Amino acid sequence: MSQSAPNAPNNSTASRVQAGLKKRYAQERRFRFYGVLAITLSLLFLSFLFFNISSKGYTAFQQTFIQIDVHFDENKIDPDGTRDSETLSSANYGGLIKSSLRSIFPDVKKRKDKKKLYKLLSPGATFQLREMVMNNPDLIGTTARIWVPADDDYDMLMKGHIDRTLPENERRLKDQDIAWFDHLIESNAVEKRFNLTFFTAGDSREPELAGIWGALVGSLLTLFITLIICFPLGVATAVYLEEFAPQNRWTDLIEVNINNLAAVPSIIFGLLGLAIFINVFHLPRSAPILGGLVLALMTLPTIIIASRTALKSVPPSIRQASLGIGASKMQTVMFHVLPLAMPGMLTGTIIGMAQALGETAPLLMIGMVAFIVDIPAGVTDPATVLPVQIFLWADSPERAFVEKTSAAIMVLLAFLIAMNSLAIFLRKRFEKRW
Amino acid sequence: MQTSTLILLLLTLTAIAYQFGKRRSLAIVSGKVKKLHSLPGYYGYLTAIWCSVPALIIFGLWSAFESTIIAHLIVSNLPETLQSLSSSRLSLFINDIKNLANGGITSGEVDATIQSAANHYNNLRQISNAALTVLVLGTAIGCAAFAVKNISKEKRARNEVEFSVKIFLIISSTIAIFTTLGIVLSVLFEAIRFFKIVPITEFLFSTEWSPQMAIRADQVGSSGAFGSIPLFAGTLLITVIAMCIAVPIGLMSALYLTEYASPKFRTVAKPLLEILAGVPTVVYGFFAALTVAPMIRDYGAFLGLDVSSESALAAGVVMGIMIIPFVSSLSDDVINAVPQSLRDGAYGMGATKSETIRKVIIPAALPGIVGGVLLAVSRAIGETMIVVMAAGLAANLTANPLETVTTVTVQIVTLLVGDQEFDSPKTLAAFALGLILFMITLTLNFIALHIVRKYREQYD
Repeated sequence: MSQSAPNAPNNSTASRVQAGLKKRYAQERRFRFYGVLAITLSLLFLSFLFFNISSKGYTAFQQTFIQIDVHFDENKIDPDGTRDSETLSSANYGGLIKSSLRSIFPDVKKRKDKKKLYKLLSPGATFQLREMVMNNPDLIGTTARIWVPADDDYDMLMKGHIDRTLPENERRLKDQDIAWFDHLIESNAVEKRFNLTFFTAGDSREPELAGIWGALVGSLLTLFITLIICFPLGVATAVYLEEFAPQNRWTDLIEVNINNLAAVPSIIFGLLGLAIFINVFHLPRSAPILGGLVLALMTLPTIIIASRTALKSVPPSIRQASLGIGASKMQTVMFHVLPLAMPGMLTGTIIGMAQALGETAPLLMIGMVAFIVDIPAGVTDPATVLPVQIFLWADSPERAFVEKTSAAIMVLLAFLIAMNSLAIFLRKRFEKRW
Repeated sequence: MQTSTLILLLLTLTAIAYQFGKRRSLAIVSGKVKKLHSLPGYYGYLTAIWCSVPALIIFGLWSAFESTIIAHLIVSNLPETLQSLSSSRLSLFINDIKNLANGGITSGEVDATIQSAANHYNNLRQISNAALTVLVLGTAIGCAAFAVKNISKEKRARNEVEFSVKIFLIISSTIAIFTTLGIVLSVLFEAIRFFKIVPITEFLFSTEWSPQMAIRADQVGSSGAFGSIPLFAGTLLITVIAMCIAVPIGLMSALYLTEYASPKFRTVAKPLLEILAGVPTVVYGFFAALTVAPMIRDYGAFLGLDVSSESALAAGVVMGIMIIPFVSSLSDDVINAVPQSLRDGAYGMGATKSETIRKVIIPAALPGIVGGVLLAVSRAIGETMIVVMAAGLAANLTANPLETVTTVTVQIVTLLVGDQEFDSPKTLAAFALGLILFMITLTLNFIALHIVRKYREQYD
């Protein structure tokens, strides 16, 4: 073919190649374009996801507060003047708030309207007043100007999530409600502030009082249990399989099991937790210790596989040198191989922990979906975790929970990104090429 | 004494035991380490192991059986009439006693019997606690003293320590087997109980799924229907949609990254793609339910289509996005494993890059790619949160992606979240579904790993 090509241009192979070349190049360009398209599409999905979540969630870091003048009426709080904490804590603070609202809007007379008026403020305002008085009983009898959180509907209105142009019957807030609120805005009694509650409170049915602190503490306790169980076990398994295990059926069985466990759907681990840990061992339901155990079993294969890779990358010359100067097999592994493999193992562990932090499904099975207001104080207290909190809030009908959910997702993603960056940093910093 | 204090105390004792052992070994040879069989530290470790391990075993056993034994003691102390209650009523009664003892709320009236039982319970718990403390600390100190006393010049401390470490390693490595065993047993036993109530043929071949059981026998639809076909059809539908998104995009990304992209572009794009895999599934679920599903519904309405707001399409698309990096990194591996000589051969024949990819690389990497896709399918089948949040609960037998379907994992979650009664087929059905799910994913993984491994051997 090469001989005839230059002489007979018309009917040669080269001409046939030439004829098809344009089409083939077009095909090539098209194929390349598909490749670029695929990557662009996935990156677009990614940026859309992040943009979508953060545009919904960033408003949750601020909260609307309303300024009111509260008169701490002695007759209402502590008519006998005893000042004992029992009386102070059970006094009718809601009444104080109601009366100060009435004094701002004196022309609201009808019972029905008054009831609506009271909904301007969050029920949390009552607790705020009680706390103030309990901390400082001298307040009684004085009048104070304080900022209290607004109800979530007004918070949404303030942030522009409620469309004022909609017909009245399609809005959660009626014209009258909006007029009251606008009156407050005009008198400079409304302000958006940093939402500290979101980072310090537990869960609540009222969106403006709900926070992620409880879930965060639950997540940390659960991860702690996961870590102390699966790091030693994972490293020990990897060391045994890589350094000591004889090649036989038994170790083959272990390896097959590890590979399979790595691919078992996480929800199955939830079934295991329910049937074995709760029904047989009677571990406390909804507790971090139970969640940590289940997640540890789930994360174990990841850590084992990563640790084995790390051990494999330590060159045999290290082992031979150590054995050569008379160290025992165990001393070689403990004092020479393991320290060199440790960065790789830690990287794998952090990635496994990040997986465990984002896991939800198995925890639903073992009762960590309960509505829990209190901050868990120990590993046996009922708790929930961050992803489950996101799941619970995502199910709530209130509009205000949408922004809370997105904000909680932002916090969760921030944790995950931090953990993964740490893993990448560790790998870059300590990775050795032999 | 509290558990945490006890454990802390035990740890302190262990540290002290280590020092004692080390000092003792040095004292025996009056500081001449050479005369010892092992380094002094090993004598310390040996003492520490003797101090902690037996005490921990006792502690573990005690904690495991404490509640059962105490409950038994309380029951045997109850009046005859109460003892003859059925086991479930009795366990309810014991729960009441425990709640009362802990200062909690009880389900019924507090009478003298239950009050005295609660006091008895508190008493027993205090005794048990004190006994545990004494026993654990006693064992720790006793065993440590025994170990210290046994230290001699010829004692092979290093070998003994290494032996116990090895035992620990071996025990750890069996955890994987016990986990698998635990999964199989837990799912299997409950599934068998389920199949005793609902015949397995009905479960596998009937097309009606409505697990709601009536409370009274004479209610309408008093027996739930447990035909799992609609669930598997729904799972399949969503998986197919997900694969339609993930396989082309994932495969093309992998091909572009390995064959076309410059190393610089690859180092940026690959980790970015991996981020998609690191996003928690609950985030995808939220995204699917609140953004993608309404988008698809509105777009459908714009085109005049009637799209359900919990359409299979929304869940499938988002699941597909989630699986893209999974497919792409698995295919990346296999494409990289295709030897360079095959590419060079094709280029030498005058093939363009895309022709080389389509005619040489893909056929050569096909088994590996198929294996990767199978693994991705098994992920999609087992994926839970996206479908729980974005797919529906109604079990429709349909192939229309715009309608609502439900999946196996959604049903497992809905059946088990909330109250569980382990004698009702409703709860047990979840375990039967779990069994089938486990078997399907296991088979898929097994085939996939087998294909991938077999293919790798060809070129290595």
